[in-house]
Amino acid sequence: MSIKLEHLNYIYSQGTAYEKRALNDVCLEIPHGEFVGIIGHTGSGKSTLIQHLNGLLRASSGELYYNGENIYREGYDMRKLRNEVGLVFQYPEHQLFEIDVLTDVCFGPKNQGLSPEESRERALEALRLVGLKEKYYQSSPFELSGGQKRRTAIAGVLAMRPKVLVLDEPTAGLDPKGRDDILDQIAYLHEKSDMTVILVSHSMEDIARYADRLIVMNKGAVMYNDEPKKVFEHYRELEEVGLAAPQVTYIMHDLVKRGMSVRTDVTTVAEAADEIMRTLVHHCTNS
Amino acid sequence: MIRDITIGQYYPAKSMIHRLDPRVKLVCTLLYLVSLFMFRSISGYLIATLFLAAVIRISRVPFSFIVRGLKPIVMLLMITVLFNLFLTRNGEVLFHAWIFTVTEGGLVTAVYMAVRLIYLIIGSSLMTFTTTPNELTDGIEALLHPLNKIHVPVHEVAMMMSIALRFIPILLEETDKIMKAQIARGADFESGNIIQRAKSMIPLLVPLFVSAFRRANDLAMAMEARCYRGGEGRTKMKPLRYKYRDYAAYIVMIAYVVLVVAVGRMLPLHVWIF
Repeated sequence: MSIKLEHLNYIYSQGTAYEKRALNDVCLEIPHGEFVGIIGHTGSGKSTLIQHLNGLLRASSGELYYNGENIYREGYDMRKLRNEVGLVFQYPEHQLFEIDVLTDVCFGPKNQGLSPEESRERALEALRLVGLKEKYYQSSPFELSGGQKRRTAIAGVLAMRPKVLVLDEPTAGLDPKGRDDILDQIAYLHEKSDMTVILVSHSMEDIARYADRLIVMNKGAVMYNDEPKKVFEHYRELEEVGLAAPQVTYIMHDLVKRGMSVRTDVTTVAEAADEIMRTLVHHCTNS
Repeated sequence: MIRDITIGQYYPAKSMIHRLDPRVKLVCTLLYLVSLFMFRSISGYLIATLFLAAVIRISRVPFSFIVRGLKPIVMLLMITVLFNLFLTRNGEVLFHAWIFTVTEGGLVTAVYMAVRLIYLIIGSSLMTFTTTPNELTDGIEALLHPLNKIHVPVHEVAMMMSIALRFIPILLEETDKIMKAQIARGADFESGNIIQRAKSMIPLLVPLFVSAFRRANDLAMAMEARCYRGGEGRTKMKPLRYKYRDYAAYIVMIAYVVLVVAVGRMLPLHVWIF
């Protein structure tokens, strides 16, 4: 159940004056069950990359293997691939169209060929997972607030029970609480099922908190592909390409500079607090 | 898919034609289109062809790009040619079978009509290839300015046109995005009979309309916030000004029209193709 990309290239509007290289020799392997974060500056090719994962875009050259099968092979069943790799686009609430929330969430399972009862069951399950209150199930999706719409749209993809869930900036434009809610929900889902999660984000903090592995994209190419704390070691290089490490990384580096012997590879606020406490206690007992 | 339609698109390049004043291009295109119907002889067609070829050459728009723009009118072209071919009864009969009769006059008319139509399309798309939509509406506004006197809201019409033009790529992009999102949810836009296909468009059309209205609302709000009140007393940041090359272009154009009309009408050079 893995995704493997080999020397993937993608060029927009090939052969015209608007030609633009969006992906440049991307090689990646995403094993089953991993929580992967993808980060990069605007226009670094993140969104283009994830649209390849379920075959919406076809690479100009290179190969993409899903479970060891080349998806560009003649006669490959793209529908099946799209059933297994669920893609939540940026601002997914813009794709809502049905008369009520429940019917909209049923759209995916219905297209998978499930019976109305089964679709309904899956839709209810997905709506519960994203934490939308039951009183909204019968309202028009256009009456909901931004955060509720977002949950509905994510439920629309979850209802298809994908084995790989790809989310393109699922928290863009949400308030801090809505953001944490949605990310916690996704992390919970990842823990509970054996789903692979690929999360595209702009926020280093978010990625640091949830992802097992971090892929940094720059100008259409993979710049780093490692554990988050190892990637953040390169915080100077990250700055050069318009990104930044989480703020705690900077604090830890500053503390070291001022003579405190803390570890610098912590990535979350909680870890940093523990590390500082440990050093302080160590310091006091020693003197 | 939708991106293949090149008609009405702008092709960025650095050329003499691109730099011309939009008013010049509008007037010249109009003159060229009219000129196509002002001659009947082969020498007229020859001159019109040479002129068009020269302008294409100077404009640096690749010929293949222009030809691609002709694809949507192939059907129209076929119908015109067939009707002219079979329904014109004029001159010697060349071919007769069942109800179909092809005469010499019919064949000539059909070929000439096709050539005229193709030149018509190439001529007008050459204008849009070399002029940005903004320049184009500026040009139209300037040319129609005298109509203000008889209370035609020229500025408002031009503004609506430029907004409409500006929204085409935005809506195309939006369509593409929503389409992909629904395909990712298992929607199928391609198979099925006509009714199923029309039905399958609902998941695309509803969000598209919602987003179009939202965008229109946002735009109106943004314009109001910048105190937009219509054309009255409004000045331009980049007013259109004729330069030497624009006058030169007018002179070349007039020379062409005079030549093509004179040669095409006066010279009795009715050399038919056979």
